Amino acid sequence: MRISLYRYDPDADAAPRMENLELDIPGVGDLMVLDLLERLKAIDPSIAYRRSCREGVCGSDGVNMNGRNGLACTTPVSEVARRGKLTLRPLPGLPVIRDLVVDMTQFYRQYEKIKPFLQNEDPPPARERLQTPEDREKLNGLYECILCACCSTSCPSFWWNPEKFVGPAGLLQAYRFLADSRDTATEERLAELEDPFSVFRCRGIMNCVSACPKGLNPTRAIGKIRTMLVERGI
Amino acid sequence: MTPVASLGRSGLADFVLQRATAVVLAAFALCVLGWFLAAPVNHARLAAFFGTLPMRAFTTLAILALAAHAWIGMWTVGTDYVRRHYFGRRHALYLAIYQIGCAALVFLYLVWPLAVVWGVAR
Repeated sequence: MRISLYRYDPDADAAPRMENLELDIPGVGDLMVLDLLERLKAIDPSIAYRRSCREGVCGSDGVNMNGRNGLACTTPVSEVARRGKLTLRPLPGLPVIRDLVVDMTQFYRQYEKIKPFLQNEDPPPARERLQTPEDREKLNGLYECILCACCSTSCPSFWWNPEKFVGPAGLLQAYRFLADSRDTATEERLAELEDPFSVFRCRGIMNCVSACPKGLNPTRAIGKIRTMLVERGI
Repeated sequence: MTPVASLGRSGLADFVLQRATAVVLAAFALCVLGWFLAAPVNHARLAAFFGTLPMRAFTTLAILALAAHAWIGMWTVGTDYVRRHYFGRRHALYLAIYQIGCAALVFLYLVWPLAVVWGVAR
């Protein structure tokens, strides 16, 4: 297997470079891209990447594999390698700290902006705020987001306006709370999203849907936020 | 935030306006296409068609819709691409030049066809 790996150490390199590496992969089974990175790191300990749970739950190891964003731990090498070659780069659009490690500050800043917590002015009940099974059903396909940033960093609108456009991950979570029957801050949440950039900079190209390793659909959530905004404006 | 150069001064207003103007433009395009396909085109028939008051009113509406639609689209393109990241510290100046250029073009494409349409009445 030929691997082209993005390398950048700001303390030592003037500019990023691609390093070509060869790795013998056993013919038995199918390795995940993270396994491949682990083997490379055993050879060259200076290679940097994030990882934690290695089972698609923590969202740490989002990388760009042969041009497609995804989680290294849940992506089989056979799915992304072409003619025995795999190019690994950091998630696009975010500043690189080192090799495959990106600075997620801007991504988290947008997530923070949508106030990703339940807001309810009513006095809390003795045990918990209940909702019907039908209302709970509305949160499916929204709450599962692991904030890996694969979607937002595959979105050109987020590349162009990362400080103004909330991005698909943040908007999926914005709708998760707008759709929650227990949340009472709908008006305030919608008012925050009405400007020309936060939601409306989405052009609906659905890169986010293709990239999401959890099979979620941020474009649909963004469409629902727009519908809510239009209905609120009428 | 409310960017001053955005037409509707809000994302929602621009979004609704862009879709409403798209419907007007689609209806106008279908109307004109239907007329073109209905019979052979000559100047007398063209002048007669666009000389009627309803058609002049519809054309005026389509021209206004085109101007609004184009401005929102061009403003969006400008605020996507003319950024500090690509153009450096003077990006705001370049964006202002771009927007003034777009505004001048939109104004031209607004006034000129309106003059043509209403000039037909003379």
